[in-house]
Amino acid sequence: MVLRGFRRFRLFFSYFKDLVGQEVTVELKNDLAITGTLHSVDQYLNIKLENTRVVDQDKYPHMLSVRNCFIRGSVVRYVQLPPDGVDVDLLHDAARREARGG
Amino acid sequence: MSWAGPEDIYLSTSLASYLDRKILVLLRDGRKLMGTLRSFDQFANAVLEGACERVIVDEKYCDIPLGLYVIRGENVVLIGEMDTEREELPPHMIRVSETEIKRAQKVESEASELRGTMRKRMEFLDFD
Repeated sequence: MVLRGFRRFRLFFSYFKDLVGQEVTVELKNDLAITGTLHSVDQYLNIKLENTRVVDQDKYPHMLSVRNCFIRGSVVRYVQLPPDGVDVDLLHDAARREARGG
Repeated sequence: MSWAGPEDIYLSTSLASYLDRKILVLLRDGRKLMGTLRSFDQFANAVLEGACERVIVDEKYCDIPLGLYVIRGENVVLIGEMDTEREELPPHMIRVSETEIKRAQKVESEASELRGTMRKRMEFLDFD
């Protein structure tokens, strides 16, 4: 059963599903930034990354052996995308449609 | 662009692939827990067997054993699968005892508190 609240925000879920396989950098609210291949995403925008490497590795020695990770959606600040990995017009249209309720 | 179909309601980023593996859990309070993932649920609640907290201060580190832990998902920042074939930490790091790392932590928190107090004093003086 999908709650009404989630139905309104399926746009980004669908959008991230299309980005699976691309290289992204996820910046977390605790300032940790991780680059990796987007493996999967879910309705909470939890993210699973593969082949990860930490930006500024020296500051986070404990992450050295981590190559795959699960990131809780609630702690994400930004998801940095490849500039040519985004079809801005398509996204723009989809946002307008979603806002209209269609 | 693909729209979410009815089957996507059940689509989730599953932690199942990490079951029975050694994982690193980063918590919101900055703690780093390690252990074997034995169970999880949709909220990212997790059961960690043989858990320990890896405390790192500068070049020193210590693993404090904790036993069997149930972690509430809302505190979880990240769950990372630790590759056992890779070095867990850079080679220059030194393993120390629990008492020594606790002492180092105290020194570090006092130093950052002092920095905070000094900054507040500067801000009060309102330098332009």
